[in-house]
Amino acid sequence: MSHNQLTESGRLHHFLSIEGLKRPLLTEMMDRAEQFSSISHQQVKKVPLLRGKTIVNLFFENSTRTRTTFELAAKRLSADVISLNINTSSASKGESLRDTLHNLEAMHSDMFVVRHNQSGAAEFIAQHVAPHVSVINAGDGCHAHPTQAMLDMFTIRRHKQHFPDLRVAIIGDILHSRVARSQIQALATLGVGEIRVIAPKTLLPTDCKTLGVHVYHDMEAGLKDVDVVITLRLQLERMQGALLPSAREYFQCYGLTERKLSLAKPDAIVMHPGPINRGVEIASAVADGPQSVILEQVTHGIAVRMAIMSMTLGSQAEFHEVTP
Amino acid sequence: MTIPATNSDIQTLLTAMADEIRYSLDGKKPLLIGIHSGGVWVAQQLAAILGADFFDSPLGTLNIAYYRDDFTRIGMHPQVTPSDLPFAVDDRHLLLVDDVLYSGRTIRAALNEIFDYGRPASVTLAVLIERNGRELPIQADIIGQSLTMTEDEHIKLSNNNGLTLTLSTAKAGENDVA
Repeated sequence: MSHNQLTESGRLHHFLSIEGLKRPLLTEMMDRAEQFSSISHQQVKKVPLLRGKTIVNLFFENSTRTRTTFELAAKRLSADVISLNINTSSASKGESLRDTLHNLEAMHSDMFVVRHNQSGAAEFIAQHVAPHVSVINAGDGCHAHPTQAMLDMFTIRRHKQHFPDLRVAIIGDILHSRVARSQIQALATLGVGEIRVIAPKTLLPTDCKTLGVHVYHDMEAGLKDVDVVITLRLQLERMQGALLPSAREYFQCYGLTERKLSLAKPDAIVMHPGPINRGVEIASAVADGPQSVILEQVTHGIAVRMAIMSMTLGSQAEFHEVTP
Repeated sequence: MTIPATNSDIQTLLTAMADEIRYSLDGKKPLLIGIHSGGVWVAQQLAAILGADFFDSPLGTLNIAYYRDDFTRIGMHPQVTPSDLPFAVDDRHLLLVDDVLYSGRTIRAALNEIFDYGRPASVTLAVLIERNGRELPIQADIIGQSLTMTEDEHIKLSNNNGLTLTLSTAKAGENDVA
């Protein structure tokens, strides 16, 4: 059960997981992102909305794209942002995390953006910060990556508009993918017609059936007539034990090639949360091809994160005494 | 108090405003900017009266939602139509249009936003209604009509097949940015 992300009046206060959020809120997030995306085309790519707010990016795990786009999003909203890369040793987790947090809180931060290799880290932090402070989950272990899921939904909506008409296939390492988990929740909440996952048995979570997805082990059957193809990075660093024979063999079976993509609808879009392993889960010809929207996803990440930051920090109004 | 409520009352004001605009900006190839949403309606009407050649470009629209000074108190505003300035403002003469000038905070926000797009040669402010209650040192150059109202009174422009103005009495503070 996720920590309550909403204020009493239903405003988004933390963003830890898609789970438990209703469709209108996800739609509002995308609408706001649409409004913010025009700022990137201005001469001064900045609005003063979050002037005077302090945002701390706490990255306990490496990231380039997510951290950079969170930083840019904060800066385009005129917030003060600092990014900390914190190397964790698993022995000193619980206690040191809390200590780090209280130190940063003593600096009067308004928001923490957290990435951590342990599932539940962002929620833990949300439970321990001062009431007015917002926490955004930028990826926790194998649990959730809700901002990535929302930028993916935004990208899909830019190309496909009406979610209920869509057939979406997610290919690859579902088991280790917090992205896939959040995507599936978001797609389901937005009422997508059919969600498919295509993966070898060893890379599927055991609770797959309960997620409301159709499971395929064969690319040819799974890709037939889909509108959106989402490939996932093979997370070799998270794999313990022999889940796969080799990257090469994986590409043979589950790598997205032009030939396999031709089974999807002709106007299907190809997505990938990045970073891509060329020749492992996706062929270069597809990643760089006309159906790929992979770089668009990166661009959209900024506007979507601006929307999420402004919505969550906007809820702070409820924690301040309103002086007329 | 009587206000210019009907569409024909408003058209009379707009015609007079257009004359003043022609007098002060003719030959300067001005650019027209309306503030969402009432200012855009007024700007559209003025553009129609002044004719297609008067302004050098289609109407620009500003949404000052991201430039307001009440985010910490209120949070995000429900709906925001993005600003759209289809021209470069640098070294140009701008005509900024709003429906009602009250506290002056909207105009402060609009000027801040305009200067994020560039450095105009001048900004002329035209408003359909100017009322008392300024909280900032901001005044309009071209005014349809000035009204003296109590703090409880609010005037609102609507656009349903033509512009109309309505006067309402609300608790002070509910609508303090106009």
